[in-house]
Amino acid sequence: MYAFDFERPSTLDEAVAALGAEGAQALAGGQTLIPTLKQRLAMPETLVSLTGLAELKGISASGGVLTVGAASTHAEVARQTDHPGLAGLAGGIGDPHVRNRGTIGGSVANNDPSACYPAAVLGSGAMVVTNAREIAADDYFTGLFETALEEGEIITALRFPIPEKSAYVKFEQPASRFALVGVFVSKSEGGVRVAVTGASEEGVFRWSEAEAALASDFSPAALDGLSASAENLIGDIHGSPAYRAHLIGVLTKRAVAAAA
Amino acid sequence: MAQVSMTVNGTPVSGEVEGRTLLSTFLRDTLELTGTHVGCDTGQCGACTIHVNGASVKSCNMFALEADGAAVTTIEGMANADGSLGTIQQAFQDHHGLQCGFCTPGMVMTAAALLEENPKPTEAEIRSYLSGNLCRCTGYHNIVKAILAASGQEVAKEFAA
Repeated sequence: MYAFDFERPSTLDEAVAALGAEGAQALAGGQTLIPTLKQRLAMPETLVSLTGLAELKGISASGGVLTVGAASTHAEVARQTDHPGLAGLAGGIGDPHVRNRGTIGGSVANNDPSACYPAAVLGSGAMVVTNAREIAADDYFTGLFETALEEGEIITALRFPIPEKSAYVKFEQPASRFALVGVFVSKSEGGVRVAVTGASEEGVFRWSEAEAALASDFSPAALDGLSASAENLIGDIHGSPAYRAHLIGVLTKRAVAAAA
Repeated sequence: MAQVSMTVNGTPVSGEVEGRTLLSTFLRDTLELTGTHVGCDTGQCGACTIHVNGASVKSCNMFALEADGAAVTTIEGMANADGSLGTIQQAFQDHHGLQCGFCTPGMVMTAAALLEENPKPTEAEIRSYLSGNLCRCTGYHNIVKAILAASGQEVAKEFAA
């Protein structure tokens, strides 16, 4: 691997200062970034490791909200019991070793169009908390690997309103274990949310027709006759846009059945 | 260069590393613990699996500096104190859970992590837990048998494919 500087700040303020430097890149669990560096698809001059920051750690529930520190690993999120839909999603990411290193903050900052976490964040109507502000999920995901984060801004936590019911179901691409399509559904006082990952050329999105159909009847049957549009969906060797559109319908029904 | 210190298989160690030095490189090249194998070097095959603070990780997908202060266990730490094979290693030998042996260190470390978490896993749970460890020789059947045996469970002659 090519040479770079490696910084291990011990406070959030130090990390923000280090990331202000030219060519600096945040390193969370590294399960995506390290392979990316090996391939030289990214070549930052400095890596700023965030996993030592106490401000980014801990998972706690209070007042109907689950706050997950950004440096929480997938395995840690899978072990919490306050938001079972989120736990189920986290326990299905990658493999056991990846789940012991990869972090929720890293995944949400990277916003891979086939990653699982963006579906939970958007599908729960979560807040993305950074060192500078709070960003609603609906405003956060802006495209493929694109987010509302400013240069050098660090996610410190995710705040999930705990839904009455929720579940995530994905159709795994068996080699990469990323979602070919994944659907997160939730029902809470604020309404029903259906968030789809893996499918769109524009990244995670809400399927508003399904949300409307489920609002009055949160059951798989409420989705009968409804099909997702194939417009702007990903087409690759693993599946055509039409196939992914079909999967969205099937997986949404399964997710509702699992949540109900 | 930076100084890194950790405990490996119960022994305190330290060394000089670069920022880019992978934990797998530190173990193999600096400490000369070559039992940890590097297969794909892309975080997919799991041959380099070790334990860091009790959790299984792929050591090619972690920098040595990230393990500063950690307690690390490698395949070299899996044998009994008298040098004889540990329970999981012995089960792999008894059930022929390897052919070329390249993936075996990672398989044994993964089995140890699984049994720590779930002492009596089902066959399906074992197969699911092995999802991050690739073996190109065995077809996995004998690896699964070995892990069942190491867990103290009876090993059926035939497996569902």
